[in-house]
Amino acid sequence: MIWNNEYETMQPDKLRAVQSSRLCELVARLYKNVPFYKQKMDSLGVKPEHIKDIKDIVKLPFTTKDDMREVYPLGHLAAVKNEIVEIHTSSGTTGKPVVDAYTQKDIDIWSEVMARTLAMGDTCKNDIVQNAYGYGLFTGGLGVHYGARKIGANLIPISGGNTKRQLQIMQDFGSTVLTCTPSYSLLLAEIGKADGIEFSKLPLRVGFFGAEPWSESMRKETEANLQLKALDIYGLTEIIGPGVSSECMHQDGLHIFEDHFYPEIIDPATGKVLPDGERGELVFTTLTKEGTPILRYRTRDITYLMREQCGCGRTQVRMHRLLGRTDDMLIVRGVNVFPSQIEEVLLKIEDVKPHYQILVDRKGQLDSIEVQIEMTETLFSDEIKNINANEKRIEEALYGTLNVHSRVKLVEPKSIPRSEGKAKRVIDKRQL
Amino acid sequence: MKIKQISIFLENKIGRLAEVTKLLADSKINIRTLSLAETAEFGVLRLIVSDPDACLKVLKDNQFVAQETDVIAVEVQDKPGGLNRILEIFHKNDINIEYMYAFVEKKVDNAIVVFRIDNAGKAIAVLQDHNIAIVSDDIIKNL
Repeated sequence: MIWNNEYETMQPDKLRAVQSSRLCELVARLYKNVPFYKQKMDSLGVKPEHIKDIKDIVKLPFTTKDDMREVYPLGHLAAVKNEIVEIHTSSGTTGKPVVDAYTQKDIDIWSEVMARTLAMGDTCKNDIVQNAYGYGLFTGGLGVHYGARKIGANLIPISGGNTKRQLQIMQDFGSTVLTCTPSYSLLLAEIGKADGIEFSKLPLRVGFFGAEPWSESMRKETEANLQLKALDIYGLTEIIGPGVSSECMHQDGLHIFEDHFYPEIIDPATGKVLPDGERGELVFTTLTKEGTPILRYRTRDITYLMREQCGCGRTQVRMHRLLGRTDDMLIVRGVNVFPSQIEEVLLKIEDVKPHYQILVDRKGQLDSIEVQIEMTETLFSDEIKNINANEKRIEEALYGTLNVHSRVKLVEPKSIPRSEGKAKRVIDKRQL
Repeated sequence: MKIKQISIFLENKIGRLAEVTKLLADSKINIRTLSLAETAEFGVLRLIVSDPDACLKVLKDNQFVAQETDVIAVEVQDKPGGLNRILEIFHKNDINIEYMYAFVEKKVDNAIVVFRIDNAGKAIAVLQDHNIAIVSDDIIKNL
């Protein structure tokens, strides 16, 4: 079900016109009201009158996470202070939190894009939405809340945690829609199974999972365990919270609500805009926000844009589910290499478990990549020539994806260091 | 008539081979013969042992990548031309040898040579046609 037919199925040229006029209006407002942006634009010699079309967006300055910390708490406020009706912040675990201040119109936009999101999974008035995202300063809980209220679904604002109670409520009220983090969906399934709950007998049919990275294999696991369709949703506090993009029932990329949030993909090293289909850093401009709008925000998330028409009928551009973070990117011999690409190749080669490490070095003027992969039963042979052939096969597959040569070295099992939490995949030994 | 060989993946690191022999010693597994094939970065250790199944288990339990492969052990007359006779039979019958190595033990009069051949069934039939003694698992166990 498409929530907003007018915008979600708008013809591209008409959508460009909407984006263009919204961008012009936004830039004029920011230049006038936010000294932080006036300064940024002045330093680039850009005036509001230079922005006449959405294409002119490339003339505008980027905003980074560091900028957002610099303006803490409200140095990026574009509206009059008493127009603000609600404030959310990120957790701030890695520094000062990022602040999103909403006017009533911003809350209306948020409700609209979250209604569109929930409608991607055919959520309607008859649905019972169990919202297990945390309520509070975190945007997840209230974002879903506003969307479900706008649709007029039966909302259960249970918030996160208390798994036994979640499962009890789910059974007693017959929840049909579940919203939570993907890892929490796995926990719900695990505890539910241990308690003897047969999810196939519950009316649960669709889940909206986001706020942390997750994989296709996690999706399959969640879908099988909870007996529902699992959709990936994306958002961030800097932009609005959840509701920036969402998968539809086709599960083939996330539709970006680009009449509100204009996406670009850039080369993280040069800042140059990349063509559709090319992998790079995702950048967003909030075209309509009043409280704390943001210009060309560098998300540090890696993905690419899919412009082809989706089977659901929506015309708005899709982004591939996240493929990594720019923090992990390597530039080798002038080519951008993402560890996620190497992981994809290894996963495609039968039975190669993704225990690997990438070593980058520079000998003379030339960069070299060595991919160390732990030996498995299927890659091993009593004959050296077979082992060499397996190394070669992986090297060729890697070259096909990376466009830069790498050397594969098979190492003994458990010889690549395991770390608590996130694995250290890349060791860059170059002295640049 | 095939016997089981255990092969093990080893990185070229000091002391790694000793770790394997220590593990086998602790498990009371006797090494009858061995060969080590190597490249600049890794080696494949091939072993003929008293109890191959127990050997494979103890290696896997200790996180080694190891596998069992069928090989043929052949008695070769311990005199000039002894090995040549066998190799000529293989050659004439179009049998390709991947690799081979000899036994260090000598409790029998003849030498014993281990052959790794892709088509082991055919090799055994050819050897039998020429009345060449093939060494069985039982003999290896009781050497």
